[in-house]
Amino acid sequence: MALTGKAGEFFDETGRIARFAGRFFTMGLKPRYEIRELLTQCFIIGYKSLPLIGLTGFIMGLVLTIQLRPSLTAYGVESELPVMVGIAIVREIGPVITALIFAGKIGSSIGAELGSMKVTEQIDAMEVSGTNPFKYLVATRIAASTLMLPVLTILGDAISMYGAYIGVNIRSVTSFHLFFSQIFNSLSFGDLAPAVIKTFFFGFAVGLIGCFKGYNSSKGTRGVGSSANSAVVLSSVLIFIIDFLAVQLTDILGLNY
Amino acid sequence: MLSKKETPAITDTSKNSGEDVIVVEHIYKRFGTNIVLEDFNLVVKREENVVVLGKSGAGKSVLIKCIISLLKPDKGRILVFGENVPELNHDELDRIRAKIGFLFQGNALYDSMTVRENLEFPLRRHWIDFSQKDVDALVMDALENVGLTHTVDMMPEELSGGMLKRVALARTMILKPDVILYDEPTTGLDPVTAREIDNLIIKLQKKYQTSSIIISHDMNCVKNTADRVVLLLDGKCYIEGAYEELERSNDEKIKQFFE
Ligand SMILES: Nc1ncnc2c1ncn2[C@@H]1O[C@H](COP(=O)(O)OP(=O)(O)OP(=O)(O)O)[C@@H](O)[C@H]1O
Ligand SMILES: [Mg+2]
Repeated sequence: MALTGKAGEFFDETGRIARFAGRFFTMGLKPRYEIRELLTQCFIIGYKSLPLIGLTGFIMGLVLTIQLRPSLTAYGVESELPVMVGIAIVREIGPVITALIFAGKIGSSIGAELGSMKVTEQIDAMEVSGTNPFKYLVATRIAASTLMLPVLTILGDAISMYGAYIGVNIRSVTSFHLFFSQIFNSLSFGDLAPAVIKTFFFGFAVGLIGCFKGYNSSKGTRGVGSSANSAVVLSSVLIFIIDFLAVQLTDILGLNY
Repeated sequence: MLSKKETPAITDTSKNSGEDVIVVEHIYKRFGTNIVLEDFNLVVKREENVVVLGKSGAGKSVLIKCIISLLKPDKGRILVFGENVPELNHDELDRIRAKIGFLFQGNALYDSMTVRENLEFPLRRHWIDFSQKDVDALVMDALENVGLTHTVDMMPEELSGGMLKRVALARTMILKPDVILYDEPTTGLDPVTAREIDNLIIKLQKKYQTSSIIISHDMNCVKNTADRVVLLLDGKCYIEGAYEELERSNDEKIKQFFE
């Protein structure tokens, strides 16, 4: 029985995204590499998102600490505050918030950029100039966001912890050294590795969806706007789905204890 | 006044690959239920400017996009330099495309790059090795042809519509292609600039022995540049012949274009 309506559309879209991803692995990863464009994109995607991610990370660490303190005080384990915040940031809040901000900033800009290049025939112009636009535009952006999001997450985590350090010091006094040694003593491989690995997938999802939506944009300004918009929506949802799958996986592997 | 080559009203399609640069044979193209090209035929000989006339939406842009393989025809053969374009692989296509210039109807300039980078793009991409000095010389030479050397470091957004068209034209011809496909080269330009573009097209044809297909609604441009005019109607080649022949025609459908 043929699927119709929304369900049919959903599976159709899913299939097209899967094929687009397949094209990235079969075509995008083969040589002639577009190294220069890849580095440019890493700069744009990575470096230019840093201030935003730094700011949000800092505030998050600070606020989280302030919010957690009363509960911990009630149970008389206020001294565990740095450990509590550190684990929350590294395992979950750092990767997910960074990825969501990243999706909002990078997913939409890739979607809009490729979308407007598509409708003004710039992508066709590249093709007739002896350039494979999929490699030049799509593969480089997917690769750059896959590589940059983990780096941004680690930097974001660090800034977040600094925010937490300030948060702790609002009501009590802890030395910088004590604060961080307390956090690092409590963190294990099981906390760090899965958290970093999943950010590669988050980055891949944001790059893939942004490129997919832009590259298949329909004509007109509305087409460009809606590809930018749906790139953010879809990649944000995907981030949560991947996060959910990741936690199941680490649970099965026994890394959550 | 330009001397125009005498061409027979109906070109005989006997194949002579040395002479025929582009041969379009029985191509069909449809989008869903919208039939755009239906058994269309066209031959472009060496050093010939062929103008394709047709109403808006007739499928003129689709036709030249099929020739450069941005679109694939549903059926039929398209020979460019004797090679069947729809059947070529990526590398073979790139080799052919390096010899074809394509002017897009909407210019298609890269809006994130300066004029210089726009012009350098095809030079750097096709696998021909140019030194930086050659690249600079070619860029300035191409801009000089269209009278825009002073815009070299500007962004496309800083240029007027007519200037954009001329920059796009400079980019199209920077590789000195053997074949140029012009999609409405003079639309939206003032008569003086339009005339300059016409002259440029003719100059290029003489200087580099280019062959071209020109899509145009501008009857001055058609009159100036055409060695032969092809009328695309209902997906078919309705008639072809020299400008004067078509102008004299009594057929209602042809007359519409010459009023
Ligand atoms: N990519 C596409 N997908 C679907 N339909 C298309 C596509 N490209 C062109 N068409 C359709 O093909 C027909 C011919 O379009 P084309 O752009 O060739 O017209 P044209 O002759 O160049 O007109 P104009 O003079 O206005 O530029 C139109 O009906 C258009 O809707
Ligand atoms: Mg057109």
